[in-house]
Amino acid sequence: MHGTSFLELYVFVLAGFVGFFTITRVPALLHTPLMSATNAISAISLVGSLVLAGADRGPLPTLLGFVAVTSATINVVGGFIITDRMLKMFKRADRRPASAPPGAGGKK
Amino acid sequence: MSPRTLVIEAAYVLSSILFILGLRSLTVPDRARRGMQLAALGMLVAIVGTLVNREIVRYDWILAGLALGAAIGYPLGVYVPMTAMPQRIAISHMFGAVAATLVGLAEYYALGQGAEVSRIQMAALGFEVLFGALTITGSFMAFGKLQEILPSRPVTFPGQNVVSLGLFAAAVALFAWLLLEPANPRAFYAMVALSLLFGASLVLPIGGADMPVVISLLNSYAGLASSATGFAIGNNVLIIAGALDGASGFILSIIMSRAMNRSFTNVLFGAFGTPSKASARTTQGLTVHAITPEDAAIQLAFARLVIVVPGYGMAVAQAQHQVRELATLIERNGGTVLYAIHPVAGRMPGHMNVLLAEADVPYDKLKEMDEINDEFKNADVALVIGANDVVNPAARSDKSSPIYGMPILNVDQAKQVIVLKRSMNPGFAGIENELFYGPNTAMLFGDAKASLSKLVQEVKGS
Repeated sequence: MHGTSFLELYVFVLAGFVGFFTITRVPALLHTPLMSATNAISAISLVGSLVLAGADRGPLPTLLGFVAVTSATINVVGGFIITDRMLKMFKRADRRPASAPPGAGGKK
Repeated sequence: MSPRTLVIEAAYVLSSILFILGLRSLTVPDRARRGMQLAALGMLVAIVGTLVNREIVRYDWILAGLALGAAIGYPLGVYVPMTAMPQRIAISHMFGAVAATLVGLAEYYALGQGAEVSRIQMAALGFEVLFGALTITGSFMAFGKLQEILPSRPVTFPGQNVVSLGLFAAAVALFAWLLLEPANPRAFYAMVALSLLFGASLVLPIGGADMPVVISLLNSYAGLASSATGFAIGNNVLIIAGALDGASGFILSIIMSRAMNRSFTNVLFGAFGTPSKASARTTQGLTVHAITPEDAAIQLAFARLVIVVPGYGMAVAQAQHQVRELATLIERNGGTVLYAIHPVAGRMPGHMNVLLAEADVPYDKLKEMDEINDEFKNADVALVIGANDVVNPAARSDKSSPIYGMPILNVDQAKQVIVLKRSMNPGFAGIENELFYGPNTAMLFGDAKASLSKLVQEVKGS
């Protein structure tokens, strides 16, 4: 499973493009949830930590693996919960549904 | 490909798709929550898929780590108040970087202290621990400043930039050496140590107002460290998720520095907070018009369009609920209340939006700068709550001002400006603000929360 190839570089570059074009369209309104969301997602490094903690490659790697699993799990659990908590708060004003498009002189 | 590998790879493909869909959902506020729940499902799929990996022979430490992490992460997710969000985000960058760095260290150690590491793999491991280590200490410093364990003003000493750059150059030089000769444990561990020091010395001199850029950059570095981990252990889902995180942090840093009209270099090495008295225009001889809550309330009660401009001061005073209460009263009187959000208001991207959403302000009333700037001239009252540099007209007119060229909110075009401010102390950047001396500006001094409560009382009474 070890070894780095050009194929992985392709994956990185293409994922970077997908990320770039998706994220430029995220409105400033949601920039904080975006940050906590990407942080939670990048806690996928948990996957690497899990293998390290369970592969039994000696006491030191196992210990480091344990700490890494703990840190990554903090971000997975805490990150997704807090993102959800934030997104839950963003509500539209739906009392007057037939309102003018936002910003067009306001509702008088 | 064995059936087991097939299952694992299929799980990773599925979770990559769910991650991308989750991020995509953030482009539409109404769909965001559901999309992120899908992303969380993707994470679960990836974890379960990994647990059947043949390399895993014991589960005791895994279970212990998962349990401990969940026990720490759950309260960090559920109980941290929205006002503490900047430091919460900063510390989570640190946890992510710790995981990536430790995987890199252990990988190097287990491969015969580098003896079995190929040069290409060394490149991946090197990036992983370089980015990881500097993000660990950098994020911790940012956390300390935002939590006010450390002074939030820039901590500087002579020759600081030279020291920082020297540390970084030394770490990069060791990295280059390792690429030629991977089996060099001393150089490897020294590189990690230097990178840790560099992260701390990079963030220490950066002041509170520049935190949006720093947090975004650290977000990006944490992502790149995860991605490099993926390269080092040959795992595509890590590469993808890390690249997404890296791209997001990168975009946010660009948006933030553009909103301050400054370059990365200037933010990182400029030590903005040092007051430049010589350059800023003097305001001596100008007078400030103070206003009583009673008079301010009358103006607000009869206003047809009020634009609220929140800043870090609102976050400090935790006044978002009082703002909402006042807005409800104005709306009941037939007025309209909109909110003008500058990209760098507060301490992280989107800080003000989260606080106001917490106070039940509907998100369609939260306007971005470009959207609202033309509305100020129609506004009867612009209510500035603890914002300073983002409304300073010097950014438009005074070429000698350190913030010249920064896009600002056109608050001064409103018919009446009411500024809620604790005292006449200049803002974080130490720059005088002419807005406060303008003919149509009235200052309402005092704690933002207390002032707003008084305004609410008065508007109710009128």
